[in-house]
Amino acid sequence: MQLYRNLTIRQKQIAWAWAFLAVPVLFYGVIRFYPTGNAILISFQDWNLLGSRTWTGLDNYQKLAADPVFWKVFGNTFLYLLIGTPLSLVLSFVIAYHLDKLRFMHGFLRMLYFLPFMTSAVAMAWVWRWFYQPVPTGLFNNFLSQAGIPQIEFLNSTTNALPSVLAPAVWAGLGFQIIIFMAGLRAIPVSYYEAAKIDGVGWFTVLTQITLPLLRPTIVFIVVFSSIGFLRIFDHVFNMTTNNPGGPLNSTKPLVLMIYDTAFNAFDMGYAAAQTVVLFLILLVVSLVQLRLLRSD
Amino acid sequence: MAVTDQIRPTTAAVLDTRPERKPRNLGQIIRWTLLFLGGVLMIMPIVYMISTSLKWPHEVYNVNLIPEEPTLENYTYVLEDGRFYMWFWNSIIIATITTVSNLFFDSLVGYTLCKFRFPGRQLVFIAILSTLMIPTEMLVIPWYLMSQSFGWLDSYWGIMFPGLMTAFGTFLMKQFFESVPDDFIEAARIDGLNELQIWWTVAMPLVKPALAALAIFVFLGNWTAFLWPLIVTNSVDMYTLPVGLSGFGDEADVAWELIMTGAAISTIPTLVVFLIFQRFIIRGVVMAGLKG
Repeated sequence: MQLYRNLTIRQKQIAWAWAFLAVPVLFYGVIRFYPTGNAILISFQDWNLLGSRTWTGLDNYQKLAADPVFWKVFGNTFLYLLIGTPLSLVLSFVIAYHLDKLRFMHGFLRMLYFLPFMTSAVAMAWVWRWFYQPVPTGLFNNFLSQAGIPQIEFLNSTTNALPSVLAPAVWAGLGFQIIIFMAGLRAIPVSYYEAAKIDGVGWFTVLTQITLPLLRPTIVFIVVFSSIGFLRIFDHVFNMTTNNPGGPLNSTKPLVLMIYDTAFNAFDMGYAAAQTVVLFLILLVVSLVQLRLLRSD
Repeated sequence: MAVTDQIRPTTAAVLDTRPERKPRNLGQIIRWTLLFLGGVLMIMPIVYMISTSLKWPHEVYNVNLIPEEPTLENYTYVLEDGRFYMWFWNSIIIATITTVSNLFFDSLVGYTLCKFRFPGRQLVFIAILSTLMIPTEMLVIPWYLMSQSFGWLDSYWGIMFPGLMTAFGTFLMKQFFESVPDDFIEAARIDGLNELQIWWTVAMPLVKPALAALAIFVFLGNWTAFLWPLIVTNSVDMYTLPVGLSGFGDEADVAWELIMTGAAISTIPTLVVFLIFQRFIIRGVVMAGLKG
């Protein structure tokens, strides 16, 4: 205590700051930084959890490059991104744009669109899985058969399964994006629109010359945010295909599911760690490219 | 997230409520009708989930929305089985403790980085910021190995430890502490409060809306978390709701109405919380999205 009293005010501040930060700094070191380094280290080793760890250099990465399943999975992961991101961006913008122009029961409509965001991905994956079942179980096929339309194989077809799994992921994320878009729309000064009105500019010109350019930061945020989400898709895929995870024939398998299988079913830790490093690099490159492309004029 | 640095409209501009007006012309009426139908379509999966959970087995394959003879039989069956009851409490306990921990530590670190000047500040700031770039999936293997060697597998602590603090929460709180005037803190110092008391009694009450927003995000995130709890738990007793539901649905003899009941049990609590605090939660989402 005597020691503390002898400190200057500035020294006391420093002591307090580090006292506050001691536990968190330890946490970030042990739970975030050490595991990151460890994952990279393991990716250069051969280790099946029981046997010995042996240093193998780039073997895991070479194995990955030569693995046809990895390239299939790599393609799937980008397919989720390339369909999911533009689709949810356009849908959420169109809905937010029109919702912003309505005042009557505005809060109620907004609630309807936002509600799916508050659900659990696992629960909703099971609900959608039920929708997709063949007659007499599944809701969609029951509607189709009532209308006299032939049934659709949703989850059992190698071509339809991926979009079918993606649909609930897009659905659940829309509400968040709509809310962010509406906040962006509200932030555009009304005076711009008033000036356009005085000049007699049409709605389409207003949209493309005022609204969209001024929404650019919002669009950048939503594109990066949802891209990262789709590249990391796992919960929906796992739960909609539990009888054959990632199936049929790996047609829905994303990278995270491959990582899970390699690490916790095959216990090939080195190989799985190499896959996580690849995932990290993909996320990094995709975010940086999008920031560069969307930010600069 | 550096992305959001450039989008920072004033909160007032974002949240102003314009007077409610009935649609005047035909265009507005069509727009309202289409948006309303779209909104109804959006909640259909949730409505069908609840409706099916209230149906008798013989009615399940019927596409009618309202059950002919609604029953709570499925809920009784699922809860008497005991497992959902257990998973529900596991989820409640884990999500609550994690939320409290995040509220405490994220705001403490955010406050320190915002209001103190000390050697190493910039380094700590950048170090925590950089963890935002590391995906959870890259960390699960080392976390698993760590849990294995310390005996944390299959325990509450094992499920919770990775999420006790988040960089996202820290930055959210740091942004909001910027709005607390330095004069307030200086005045409290002159009044003889120590730094811990200043943080807790002066600064914290001024950022209550941000704390609420953070609480919602952390709770929802942990309530629905799947990958890590799936990896770290082995015994049925330790499952969280999502992990339990996933295994329950996979048991071949389980009927769809029971799966829908399980799904409803894991979804209804967050929906009810949302319906009660609706305006508040949407405000929180906007704040977190724009400032986080």
